[in-house]
Formats: sequence, C-alpha cells, structure tokens
Amino acid sequence: MATLGIPATRTALPRVLRTRAAAKLLLLASAAVVLVPLATARWGGGTWPHALTVDLSRPLATASGWVIDHRDSHPLFLYFFGYVSNAVVISVRAVYLVLLAAGWAGVTALGALVAWRAAGPRLAAGTALALLACGALGMWVPTMQTLALMAVAVLASVLVGALLGLAAGLSDRMDRALRPVLDTMQVLPAFAYLLPVVLVFGIGVPAAVLATVVYAAPPMARLTALGLRGADSEVLEAVDSLGATARQRLLTARIPLARKELLLGLNQAIMMALSMAVIASVIGAGGLGDRVYQALASVDVGAALAAGVPIVLLAVVLDRVTGAAGDGVPAGERPRTIGRPHVLAAAAAVALAGRLLGRLDWPGSWTLGIAEPVNRAVDWMTAHLYSGVPVVGGTADWAGRFTTWVLDPVRAGLQWLPWWSVLFAVAALAWLIGTWRTALTAALAMAAIGVLGVWEPSLDTLSQVLAAVAVTLVLGLATGIAAARSDRVDRALRPVLDVLQTMPQFVYLIPVVALFGVGRAPAVAAAVVYALPAVVRITAQGLRQVDPAALESARSLGATGRQQLWQVQLPLARRSLLLAVNQGVVLVLAVVIIGGLVGGGALGYDVAFGLAQGDLATGLVAGAAIVCLGLVLDRVTQPTGRRAKKGA
Amino acid sequence: MRFRTAVPAAVAVLGLLTGCGGADMTRQASPFADARGAKTVTLSVQSWVGAQSNVAVVQYLLEHELGYRVDTVQVDEVPAWDALSQGRVDALLEEWGHPEQEKRYVTDKRTAVPAGGLGVTGHIGWYVPTYLVEQHPDITDWRNLNKYAPLFRTAESGGKGQLMDGSPSYTTNDKALVRNLKLDYQVVFAGSEAAQITQIEQFAKERKPFLTYWYTPQWLFRKVPMTEVRLPPHREGCDADPAEVACSYPHTALQKYLNAHFARSGGRAAALLKRFRWTTEDQNEVSLMIAERKLSPQEAARKWVDGHPDVWRKWLS
Repeated sequence: MATLGIPATRTALPRVLRTRAAAKLLLLASAAVVLVPLATARWGGGTWPHALTVDLSRPLATASGWVIDHRDSHPLFLYFFGYVSNAVVISVRAVYLVLLAAGWAGVTALGALVAWRAAGPRLAAGTALALLACGALGMWVPTMQTLALMAVAVLASVLVGALLGLAAGLSDRMDRALRPVLDTMQVLPAFAYLLPVVLVFGIGVPAAVLATVVYAAPPMARLTALGLRGADSEVLEAVDSLGATARQRLLTARIPLARKELLLGLNQAIMMALSMAVIASVIGAGGLGDRVYQALASVDVGAALAAGVPIVLLAVVLDRVTGAAGDGVPAGERPRTIGRPHVLAAAAAVALAGRLLGRLDWPGSWTLGIAEPVNRAVDWMTAHLYSGVPVVGGTADWAGRFTTWVLDPVRAGLQWLPWWSVLFAVAALAWLIGTWRTALTAALAMAAIGVLGVWEPSLDTLSQVLAAVAVTLVLGLATGIAAARSDRVDRALRPVLDVLQTMPQFVYLIPVVALFGVGRAPAVAAAVVYALPAVVRITAQGLRQVDPAALESARSLGATGRQQLWQVQLPLARRSLLLAVNQGVVLVLAVVIIGGLVGGGALGYDVAFGLAQGDLATGLVAGAAIVCLGLVLDRVTQPTGRRAKKGA
Repeated sequence: MRFRTAVPAAVAVLGLLTGCGGADMTRQASPFADARGAKTVTLSVQSWVGAQSNVAVVQYLLEHELGYRVDTVQVDEVPAWDALSQGRVDALLEEWGHPEQEKRYVTDKRTAVPAGGLGVTGHIGWYVPTYLVEQHPDITDWRNLNKYAPLFRTAESGGKGQLMDGSPSYTTNDKALVRNLKLDYQVVFAGSEAAQITQIEQFAKERKPFLTYWYTPQWLFRKVPMTEVRLPPHREGCDADPAEVACSYPHTALQKYLNAHFARSGGRAAALLKRFRWTTEDQNEVSLMIAERKLSPQEAARKWVDGHPDVWRKWLS
C-alpha cells in the first residue's frame, strides 16, 4: 500500500565486494571439508537427534493450568491484566457507542469531511461512497464494531510505537537494544501468537486489541526513530543556537521535522491493524472479521465476500487519506480544503438531522444481496475448472502434480538432509548475503527449532514456503517488469493489487480448496495470492527508479529493449529485487501458516490445534518454531542494511 | 508538566471507571453488548452448521419474542468453555463432551452451569459415500478397508489410502485407530470443516471414492448420502487411553451450558435457553436452509419459527 523508498544503487557491485564474496565462499568450502567428515562420524545423517531436544509440553501445560486456575484470584490478574482488559473494553465500547449515536448519516458525513480536510474533495467523495457501500452490503453494525476496535488498537499501537521510536531515535544504546526486538516482532506471523494472548485475557476484544498492538506497533516505532534520526542537522543547530532546552528542541524541531515519517507510521499501523482485525476473529474479536469467519464456516463465499469488501474499502480509503495527509504539503497551502470547526459542525448537523428523522440504523431495505450471484459464479468456476478441462487438465490435476512433483521432493529432500548440514547451509547463506551476525542469528534460530522438537514439521512448512516463494517470484517478477515498462499495465494493476493485498485471506481459502482440493497445494496457492502484490510493487518500483541516465547511455549504445532490461535495469535494481524476495518470503510464511486451515498440515495445523483445543504445549511450541523459521528466512534473504516494513 | 498531571489523572479515572479494587476477570462482557440500553445476550457459535442453527433459532426468538439484542461470537468448543467461565459469552448450546473442561468449570470453579440437553444425539464415525457402497458392498466393514486402500489414494496420502479428518477443534482418535487397527491409511487433516465439506462436495460431484471422519446430525448427508463404516463396537471406557483406542466413537446426548452468573440473573433469556430443546430433524431442517440453500441464518430461523409454533411456544412459557 504505502510506497517504499528504495534508493537506486548507482554504482555496479564494486570489485572489493566481489572478492569479499569469493573469500567467504572459499572459507565456507574449507570449513565444510573439515566439518562434514567430523559431523558424519559423530552423528550420522537424518533428523534432529532426540538427545538434543527439550520437551516443553509438561511445563507449558502446568503454566496454562496455573493461569486458568488463578485468573480470577491472583493479584497479577486482579490488579494488572484485569485493568488492562477493562480499559480496552471501556474504550472500545465508548468509541462504538459514539459511532452508533452518530448514526450512519453522521458517521458518513464525518468520514467524508475529515477526508476532505486531509486530502481534498475527491477522496472525500470516495470515503462517503465506501462507507455507504458498507451499509449497502448489510454490514453497517459490524463495520462500526471493526472501526471501534481499530480506533483503539491503532491509538494504542501509535502510542506504544511512538514511545519506543522516541527512545530509539534519541539514544543510540536504546536503538541497538530495540532493533532485534522490532526485527523479531516484524517477522512474527500474527497467527502464531494469538494463543498466549488468549490464555491471559480469554477470547474477545481485549485479546484481539493487544494482539493487534504487538503486530502494528513495530512499523510505527521504526519510522518514528527513522524520522527523528533523519532530522536536518542544520535546523537542529539553528535551534540549539537559539538556546532551546532538550525538551524544546524535541518538541519544536525534531518531531515536526519527522512529521512525514510519523504519518507514514500511522498509515502502516492502520493497515496492519486492519489485516489483523480478520485474523483476530479466530479469537472472537467480533465485527467484520467475525462475519467473514462465520461465513467461512458455512462454506458461503458470497457472504464472506460481503464482509470482506467493506474491509477492502476501509483499507483503501484509510490508506489513501493518511497517505495524502503524509505527503507533506502544509495544511495552509493545500487547495480547497475546509477548516476543522466546519468539519465538526457539519458532521454534527448531519448526525443530528439523521437522529431527528429517526434514521439512526441503516435501513434494512437498502441492502444489496451480493452473496447469491457470487456463490453462483464460484460454483460455476469450480465446477468447470476442477477437472476434465481439455488439454491443460483441471486445477485438481495441477494441484496433484504440484504436490507430487514439487512439494513432495522438496520436503523429502529437506527432511533427508542431515540436520547439521541444514544448519550449515542456513549459516552459509545468511553469511553470504549479510554479516556473521545475521549468520549466527539464523543458525541459532534453526537450531532452536530442533531443540523444540519440531524439526520435521518445520521442514515440512519450510518446503511449502520455498515452493510458494518460487512461484510467487516467477509470477511477481514477470508482472513487475511488465508494470515497470508500461504505464497502462501499471494503472490497470493498481486496483487489483490493492484488492489482493487487503482482501482477508479467509475469503479466498474456500475457493482455493474448491479449485485445488484439500492439502498443501491450496495453502501454497493462497500464500502466492497474498504475497504477489508486494513482490510486484517492489519490483516495479525498483525498476522505475533505475537512473534514467544509465538507461539513456545504454540506449545510445544501441542496446535492445531486452538487453536494457537484463544488462542495465535488473542489475541496477538489485537491492529492490532482493527486498522483493525478502518480503515475498515473510508474507508467504504468514499465509502458509493459515494454510493449516485448508490441509497444509505441519506447523500451521499445530497452531490451529493449539488454539482450538486450548493446548498451550502444542500451539506455543509450533508458534515459537514459526517465529524461528521466520527469523531464518528473513536473515538468509535480508539484503544488508535493509530497513523496510512488513506488509510493504 | 502536562504529562505529570495527565498520567495520575488517567489512572484515577481508570480506577473510578473500572471500580476500585481488583478487576474481576470473570465479569468481562463484550464491549458491544447492551449498546443503546437494549439487553444483550451473547451466544457462542461453533464452526459447524448445526451449532449455527441452534443459535439462529434462539437468536430469532430472543430478538422477536422477548426483545433482546443478540451478539454472536464464533469460537471453538474448548475456548468457548473458557469464554463461558469469564462471562464473555453467556451460553454454549451444543457441547459434544469435554469431561476435563466440565470438571474444571462446572465442578471446581462453578463459573458455568449445565442447562440440560439439546435434544439432539451426536455421533462421530468414519463414512464412505453411498455410491461407493453400491459398487463395493463389503467396504463398510473396517476389516476390509485395507483391501480398498488403493482406491482412496491421493497426492497427500503418500501411497496409502487417505482418511480425511476435519477441523483441529474436533474430538478425534483417528490417528490412534489407524495405528491400532493396523490400517494402511494416512490421516490427512483438512484443517477446517469448511475445507472438508468443500472437498467432499468436489469428490461427490465426480463420484470419486473417499473415506472421511464425519458426524451426525449433519446437513451434508442430504446432499451427499454417506454410509458409516463399522468399527469395532464402542464399550464404556474403551477410549480412556488415547494411545490404546481401538473402538468406535460413542453416541453423545449433546448438552447446553450457561455462564453461572447469567443463569441466575439472565431473566427470560436464561429461562428460554434452559428450556430450548428440539430434535435432530428440526436442527437439520434449519441447517440445510443455511448451508445448502444459502439463506442467512436469520432468514432460515424465521422460516423454521413460522412453521413450528407448537415446538417453540413451550420454550417461552
């Protein structure tokens, strides 16, 4: 959604770097020559040795039993978690009651006017239409519930994120300490840490809000720190020379200068909170996500879409409005906006009018039934594509072949590899692309998976991730190149990518099963759908930012279009392409886990099992393994010096 | 300076709002409850359609006959017990038997109370489509399953026959059963009931063979006729040790449970939920309208309520 700024690498890879890479390779090779015979002699081959595992199931079961038994008596809960929980419930309730009291007319007017003030009349019209569409789909009340929950979650994320970011932005030591924490938070797939939150807070809104804060605060923290550190030093010197105290300096210079980053952080927090609103429906968050989830239960794609569309609309509107607000034009210079008092007065007037006319609730007769035609379309599609399509075969055949010829061999190969060689390969890859620190983190994370005793399912998940990433990259790079080379393709793709990126995954899980059958293939397909937009966007943007002078000189030397692409554009966009790979990997992992709900098995199933059965031992261990896997995948694909955001 | 006064003030306000002293984690209603002065009942819905039907009908009656507002929360059975004890939901209407939870919350903590039977008997088993039984009549005995294993092979089952299991929230001994009965089968977990139903429908459309964990009452039987495979008979206690199970699943009279506080002070709503009791046929009628004819749960409930006044009048009195 929000665009990523990737500075184009102006110089080709310097020779020094190449020789350094060669030296690394040489060192690795010699290490392998020495270590491999040793390792074979000591441990033989195959899976992680049982002697090196730690069984956590008993302590975890005891811990969860303790929490449940003491939740209503222990002071920790009575005087801390209970208050946190109550505070969340009270604030969400307050926002919800205000939204309900404003009525649909009032909320729509307020939304449109705020959008007008922040971003001009076009987005105001868009906002009004989007809100009306939520009502027309029969989703007014769930939309308000989601908005109330989001408002509180975003506010909390922004506060937490800004505080962390302030600390990291002002102190180098805090920055160093926080960086690995934020890194870890960002590669955590949300599905993995629902369980511990639920255990403490029980299902429902407090747990959902807190899980959302964990998910949405890191980008805010990171961007705040970035903004504070990036403040122009000359301005700061000028402020200092005026004799400002440290506090004045912060409030009058550094924070206003970081406005753009702060607003981008807000934008990211909103986007991530929205995507979390749906995942949190698994733990009873209510609202639109719950409607999607309930529709999923009765295999009703149409109803799921009716609840999914408002989420997409909210996401697009909120993204555009906060994005426009962050574009940096001071409020005074923006053309044709309206003043803050006018916004409030007009919205209050409309709300009051709605109230007097007795039209607080969305009129029941004004709803569009989209569920039925959508279901008919999905039925038709799956009936005709599932099998027996001439020449190419049906989707079920593809899925079967993909499973047999790609997923099975990759999984078998990974599980056949001796465990120490996996560790070695992970460390080597991470070292080649980063520093010895990244290599150490990656190897330790991989080893932790073994120690937790979930080596085999983790490699199963890893095989699905690798297969999905391969497919995503092939499709994503091709589409990205097409979008970079043609403005028309780019414009046509933009809304499609918006929808794919914001549509809750739960909506397309069922069509994916209907097309590909139960198993790992649908999990991979869903992951590809989800990760594709980010890869396409980053690729296209990276290619477009290639220095025009380099292209021009290539053209003057008579290079063909293909030569320009392969020899100039792609090498120069190397950093963006690496970032695309990295984002692809992280996003794919997040959805392959949700693929546990459609037969993906492995770690995703274990997390779902833990949530459904309240089994902390299974769920938490699998969740921890996912986190480790995320760290490994992030580190082995992390271009050095990357500072990007999850969700692109 | 502003912060210095703001923080204690916020804490004080919070303290006043939440009531001084400890915050009771067992009285935690949903923030969306009781909005605009309407009395709200929060019902938990489990992922299968039968549970949706129970909730839809009760919800319709509570809203239209008694003037309550009803909130529903989708949550699996075990977390629903937890939610019930915390007051996040007021009722669990279809419980398939979790003795451990029942002991913890009903007997020990007394935060949940039984509210009688639902009137529906549940049964879990292994099923094959009836069109397959017509071709191979002896397939319904577990002793013959190994002979037919190649029929059930899929890309996921790795050379063995595929036994499809469903949602992780369901009670299942299938892995142990396959092992203890020495069957040449691989249990493949569909991961959710929705995925399982979708796959069964796709198989049925092409009249392919399949073997699946499934349960009654279930609306899908009307659309895809299935026959149960006979497993070694169930005896009391034969499934006590999860590793040693080698018998079929029991027949369970499904139960209702209420939050203890709600059961005492829930007024007419609690009384209705206690009296609510209907038959398998009634439930299936509503389920089929929801899942097959794609009516919204409210519409399906309205149709059923219009057609069966004699059944639900008793629940209100």
